[in-house]
This record gives sequence, structure tokens and C-alpha cells, in this order.
Amino acid sequence: MRAQFVLSEIGVGLRRNLTMTFAVIVSVALSLGLFGASLLMSDQVDTMKGYWYDKVNVSIFFCNKNDTSGANCAKGAATEQQKAEIKADLERLPIVQKPVLHESSDQAYKHYKEQFGDTPVAGLVTPDQLPESFRVKLKDPTKYEVIKSAFSERPGVQEVQDQRDTVEPLFNLLDGMRIAALCVMGLMLVVALLLIVNTVRVSAFSRRRETGIMRLVGASSFYIQMPFIMEAAIAGLIGAAFACVLIVGGKYALINNWLAEKIKVVDFIGWDAVVSVLPLILLIGLVMPAFAAFFALRKYLKV
Amino acid sequence: MIRFDNVSKTYPKQNRPALRDVSLEIERGEFVFLVGSSGSGKSTFLRLLLREECASHGAVHVLGKDLAKLSNWKVPQMRRQLGTVFQDFRLLPNKTVGQNVAFALEVIGKPRGQIRKTVPEVLELVGLGGKEDRMPGELSGGEQQRVAIARAFVNRPMLLIADEPTGNLDPQTSVGIMKLLDRINRTGTTVVMATHDQQIVDQMRKRVMELEKGRLVRDQSRGVYGYQH
Repeated sequence: MRAQFVLSEIGVGLRRNLTMTFAVIVSVALSLGLFGASLLMSDQVDTMKGYWYDKVNVSIFFCNKNDTSGANCAKGAATEQQKAEIKADLERLPIVQKPVLHESSDQAYKHYKEQFGDTPVAGLVTPDQLPESFRVKLKDPTKYEVIKSAFSERPGVQEVQDQRDTVEPLFNLLDGMRIAALCVMGLMLVVALLLIVNTVRVSAFSRRRETGIMRLVGASSFYIQMPFIMEAAIAGLIGAAFACVLIVGGKYALINNWLAEKIKVVDFIGWDAVVSVLPLILLIGLVMPAFAAFFALRKYLKV
Repeated sequence: MIRFDNVSKTYPKQNRPALRDVSLEIERGEFVFLVGSSGSGKSTFLRLLLREECASHGAVHVLGKDLAKLSNWKVPQMRRQLGTVFQDFRLLPNKTVGQNVAFALEVIGKPRGQIRKTVPEVLELVGLGGKEDRMPGELSGGEQQRVAIARAFVNRPMLLIADEPTGNLDPQTSVGIMKLLDRINRTGTTVVMATHDQQIVDQMRKRVMELEKGRLVRDQSRGVYGYQH
């Protein structure tokens, strides 16, 4: 195998099908870019889940003397005895991570002030409007139902609230976006593969004279097919390189420069996660078009 | 060198076989003309020799190998021992004469030093010495066919297969090509040539095999063209 000969053949082939090569590069770049983005998005969801699930609690709110809307609150505010019983029962449950935190109305008011400090709403609330609560941290955040069924009917308990309910829609949204990205990627991938097959077909047709002569003088099928496969692989690799640029640029522009400044409470994925998907993208960009070309050649190039 | 044992070939979706029960033997160093009208099976015969097709029935032996038993990946090795020349020359128009001949060596992975040495030699042999850098388009038909012959012969094949090599050439040029093929034959290379050229066949007085509707109807040493068309 003479490398120089093969390389010159590849160069000729790529230039001859410049428009098709360009189309292959663009579609590979887009599909792999989306693929990388969806990988990173699921990384992001995992990071956020870890971050939030660590912080969120199940809250057991007690009846308050001003608020008797809960089903178990007909008898007014929860008594100290009720609270003590519930605390003891909570601490007996194996899924509960000790200690169980108590948040008094004053503390709740303080947190409330922190969150809504400057807004007009803050002025309308007084400490005794906010219910007392236990903040329970679960060893397995998904076991929320156990707590809910055990305590929501107890006298003095106004409501059992899982704070995951408030972050879950966000995760669902991100998951949905990831799946949408994967679907678009799948379509782009099909487009890319069909383009490669078509490029190979055109390329094989425009070079049928050469390949016919190669066959006659006894070139091995490997030698005849190699330039076509390499062409597809090189176009794919260029596309994958563009996909990498898209991903790195996207991370820089979207996360570092924009989201990270707007949303401080979220822990965003770092460069290490981004760098770890790049080799995979380059590999797929190299191998997949080569395989597509190989299978196309079986159909369009007699050897 | 070549042996056909009761060879038949039927192409898919065709009722009439292209070759019917053909048996023959060609010895090393022979020069054989293959004649017959269009559709008589000449091309099929040559395609079987090159293993572009496999026989439907019977066995084809070329260079001592049963082609039916030859696995696909060994076919290129087999073809390197054959040379082929066609009516339409089949040169690469964007390569020079020298590059065209070198191409045959490049694609089978011969070292560059050997290519540089062999190409001028074989061009000299076919009478194109010094025309290495010309483009095929600048040459006459006869010269282009000489390039094709040089390319076919550059590997020193045991067997040269020629499919109407003089079909596009005027009689005078054809004589030159035949002289060249005769010279190649004298070096020990077996030549099988399909042709419609009565004058040439009658002049050369070599072995003549005639096909008619897929059957071998005549096999005559020092034969003549022998049929009207």
C-alpha cells in the first residue's frame, strides 16, 4: 500500500464531490453536536439532581393558630405534645436521616425575608402567619410517600410537602429537551448516513474508469475501496471537529457567559464533562461514516 | 494454461445460455483467435477467463486454478497474472502515458523504484519510447492501444486477453498492433484474442476457435476467419 498514492486519490475524490462533501460535513457536525449536547444535558441533570436532592427536604407543616384550613387542624394549633410525638416517630423511621430539623415560625419568617427581602409581598407577611415545620432529610429521596402516608393524617399536621415537587418540573423539562435533542440527532444522523451513501455512489460512478482498471490489473478490493472509505472518514472527522467546536463554543457562550451569571443557585457542568465527550464524538465521526461508506460500496462498487 | 470442461453459462433472467457445453484446452505459449458474430458468446468466454463471471455448469481452469474454487479475495492475485486489452483502450485521460502504465503497478503496491525502472522499458518495447509524458488524448488510436498493451504487459503476465484490440483502428495500424501482440506471444505469453477482423485472422494463420450461439463450432490450428458476416 503506497500512502502517497492513496492520499492523492482521496484528495481528488474529496475535491471532485465538493458540494456533497460539504453537505456531509455539515450534517455530521450538526448531528454529533446535538449528540454531544444531549450527553452534556444528561450530565447536567445528574449534577443538578445530586445538588438539589441533597438540599431538599420533606417538610411537615404544623397547624398554626391563624390557619385552620388543613383537615387535621380543626382543633387549632398543634400542641407541643403532638410535635414531640411526631418528632419521636420520625426519628424512629430508618429512612430518615437524623437529626430532624425544627423550623419555628420566626425562622421561617427569616428565610422568607431572605428570599423576598425587597419585594412588596414581604411586608404583608408576619411571623405568626407562617407555620412551624419539621425539615426531614431522607436517605433515599424517592421514599417520600412513606412519610406522607404516615404523617399527613396525624392530628396537628397541616400538610406534608415534598420539596422535590418544586424542582422535579425543571428536571422533567431538561429531560424533555435532552430527548428532543436526541430525536433531532437521530434524524440528522439518518440524513448524514444517506448523504454519505449517496456521495459514495456518485464518487464510485465518477471513478468507475479508474476502479475498473484497478480491478483488471488485480488491485485488491481493500486497495480499491480504501480511498472511498477514507474520504467518508475524513469528511466525517472534519464534521466531528466542527461538532466539537460547536459544543465548546456553546458551553462557553451559553453556560459560562450567560446562564452561570443569571442563575447562581444552579451548579453547572464544568469543562471536564465537556472535554470527556469530545473524544467520543471524534471517534463516532470517524468510524460511522467509514462504515456507511463500506456498506454503500458493497452495493455500488463491484470489486 | 486454460481448460474448459463442459462449460455453460446462463445469465440470470435469460433463457438462452450465453455459452453451451464448451470444452477446450489452450496450451502455454499459444496464440488463439476467438471469432464469432455478435452475441455468439465471445465476451462471456473472456469474462469467464477473467472471473468477472462464474460458469453455471462445468469447470474453468486458468493458470492451473479452478476458478470456481478460487475464493473472492484471491481473485486479484489471479488477475495480476493476466493482462487485458480492450477495443476502447480504457486509459485514464487525465494521466500521462507513463502514469497510465505506472498506475497498474501502483495499485498492486509495487515499490516506486521498480515502477520507475519498468515503465520506460515496457514503453520502449511497445514502440512508444520517449512518449511517457504525453497525454493519451494527444496520441493516435494505434498509439493509445500500444499504451494499453504496455499496461497489460508491464506485469509480465502469463496470459494476455485481448477483446477486439483492433476494433477501433484502421487496417494499417491494426497490422502494427498485431505485430506487437505476436512479439509478446513470442516471449512466451499466451494470447487469447477475440476479433471480427477477417484480414488479420487470415494473415496470421494461428489457431482459430469459432463460437456460434454459445457453442464451440470450430477449433482449427493455423485456421482462417472462415465465415461471412
